[in-house]
Amino acid sequence: MNNSLIVLPIVIQFLAGTVLLFFWLKTNTQKVLSGLFSAIALVISIWLFMLVWNQGIQVTQSGNWKAPFGISFVADVFGATMVLISSIAGFAVSIFSAGSMRKERLEFGYFPILHFLIMGLQGAFLTGDIFNLYVWFEVVIISSFVMMTLGGKRKQLEGAIKYVSLNLLASTLFLVGIAFIYGLTGSLNMADIAIKINDIQNRGVINVTAGLFLVAFGIKSAVFPMYFWLPASYHTPPAAVSAIFGGLLTKLGVYAIIRSFTLIFGGDEFMGIIMSAIAALTILSGGLGAMMHQNMGKIFGYLIICHIGFMMVGLGIFTELALMGTVFYLIHDIVVKTNLFMVSGVILKINGTQDIKELGGLYKNYPMLSLLMAIPLFSLVGIPPLSGFWAKIFWIQAGLETKEYILIGFIVLGSFLTLWVIAKMWGEVFWKPGEGLPKKANGIYFDQLSGADKWQWIFPVVFLSIISLYIGFAAENIIVLSQKIAGDLMNPTGYIESVLGIKLLMP
Amino acid sequence: MEILLIIIIGLLHAGGLYMLLRRSMFKMIIGLILLGNGANLLIFLMGRLVKGHPPVIEDGLKVFTEIYADPLPQALVLTAIVIGFGLQSFAIILIKRVHRVLETDDLDELNSTDEEI
Repeated sequence: MNNSLIVLPIVIQFLAGTVLLFFWLKTNTQKVLSGLFSAIALVISIWLFMLVWNQGIQVTQSGNWKAPFGISFVADVFGATMVLISSIAGFAVSIFSAGSMRKERLEFGYFPILHFLIMGLQGAFLTGDIFNLYVWFEVVIISSFVMMTLGGKRKQLEGAIKYVSLNLLASTLFLVGIAFIYGLTGSLNMADIAIKINDIQNRGVINVTAGLFLVAFGIKSAVFPMYFWLPASYHTPPAAVSAIFGGLLTKLGVYAIIRSFTLIFGGDEFMGIIMSAIAALTILSGGLGAMMHQNMGKIFGYLIICHIGFMMVGLGIFTELALMGTVFYLIHDIVVKTNLFMVSGVILKINGTQDIKELGGLYKNYPMLSLLMAIPLFSLVGIPPLSGFWAKIFWIQAGLETKEYILIGFIVLGSFLTLWVIAKMWGEVFWKPGEGLPKKANGIYFDQLSGADKWQWIFPVVFLSIISLYIGFAAENIIVLSQKIAGDLMNPTGYIESVLGIKLLMP
Repeated sequence: MEILLIIIIGLLHAGGLYMLLRRSMFKMIIGLILLGNGANLLIFLMGRLVKGHPPVIEDGLKVFTEIYADPLPQALVLTAIVIGFGLQSFAIILIKRVHRVLETDDLDELNSTDEEI
């Protein structure tokens, strides 16, 4: 199906970023416009999702060049779902930023950069061209560099050095991988590569290329030996920035791994073993790291790593059922992680600290707020029927079918470590009696805000909590969705046929 | 020509990796730049080197009759150079700023975000 309107999610974010540039110092106008544009983007992505769900894969060829020659934009169900979820997270973060970001940071162009970052994400989810994917990755990382360093605090700069250098290295490796792919197949269109790569006799070179892609995307998604930049940098910027980073940036890496390792390097046994090993070690190191820290930002940072490990399990087992779990978890994780960093921002605003040893008594002082924060926290642990629970059933079932008992053990261990960390945090922050933390004289705390300002902090948390509850309680809808996506990923014939506009001969 | 390019690409990658492993922040950026140039040359090489055959179909013909130079790698390299240029200039400004605030060039001293619990 040819439909050039599928690039609308990218265009609207580009428009938002550009329009906001004209209101450089008028931060209040920027706040309103950013929320408005994010709401429009949300509506557009819902439309795109419904279109793709009802009418199948939508393709557009830029400049009307036929498929393997021009850049293709493809909206399949997976891509459209990711666009929808990232628009939801983007909308929430836009509102949250309006409340939580300081004026000094807003005056240096925070909102335009936010929209350019989300534009990069939408582009990466919609493109069907591997080099174009690289370009969108660069759009995302340059925006994230600016967001990370905006404000120029000592801690931020220190975190940024690690973040910037490792991401630049990852981009270079990705480029080297693309060079190999182009040399092997003579094509950059992912659907075209998927066909041509089967004819290549020299599997060794393909495995090397797959390894380059794995390392490049692995650095971006923070899997086991490549995750050290994440806990060093993610807690340093303000909560709104951490929310968009924690929710979306690492998941972009996971998306790219899922896409390239199903479509291009699908079902290689050697890669399956490596993925399983990475998954197990990522779960273990993330979980243990989360156990030993006391700063909420750092704990959530390590929990991101732990749960990236969960998603890699699906790729390690590599059956339809396991991928279904991974897709379900990806949808759940973006919403919950964005929400969690916003929760940690609200807690920081209330008490002026994120150290769980110092915090306390939140449940007594703010019972309704605590109840609200319980939703993302317990969704993360996966207490049934909340949203983190369902994906694990599929992984365990898939693991039993393929006799991957060690991986099942790691999933259970990872869930247990998460439970332990969240239980400790709940005990320390919410239940432990704690009064009267010393308050800085010049700081503005949550209690001193006006009602409308308070809602700018609370509304995004409520919004994402409702989405989380929906994912948990209406799990059957999400299961149908992830089943469809996993089916498409395991059998990419439909994707290839739609992009290239040909009929494949089935062997 | 290919052999020469292969050697240069290898040297750029080796030099880049060596510089990345040094402790100085400044040398790290140099390393990233060298690696980026190595990757760009690699794309160029992977598109096959063909001399003196422009990708233009001759008069009176509908298709290429002989081997021709692939124009795509040059477009890719150009894009990669532009993107790399932007990122590297950002990184250079960043290290200048970090050096001014933290007053050190030693990466081993930038560990306060890792050490705090």
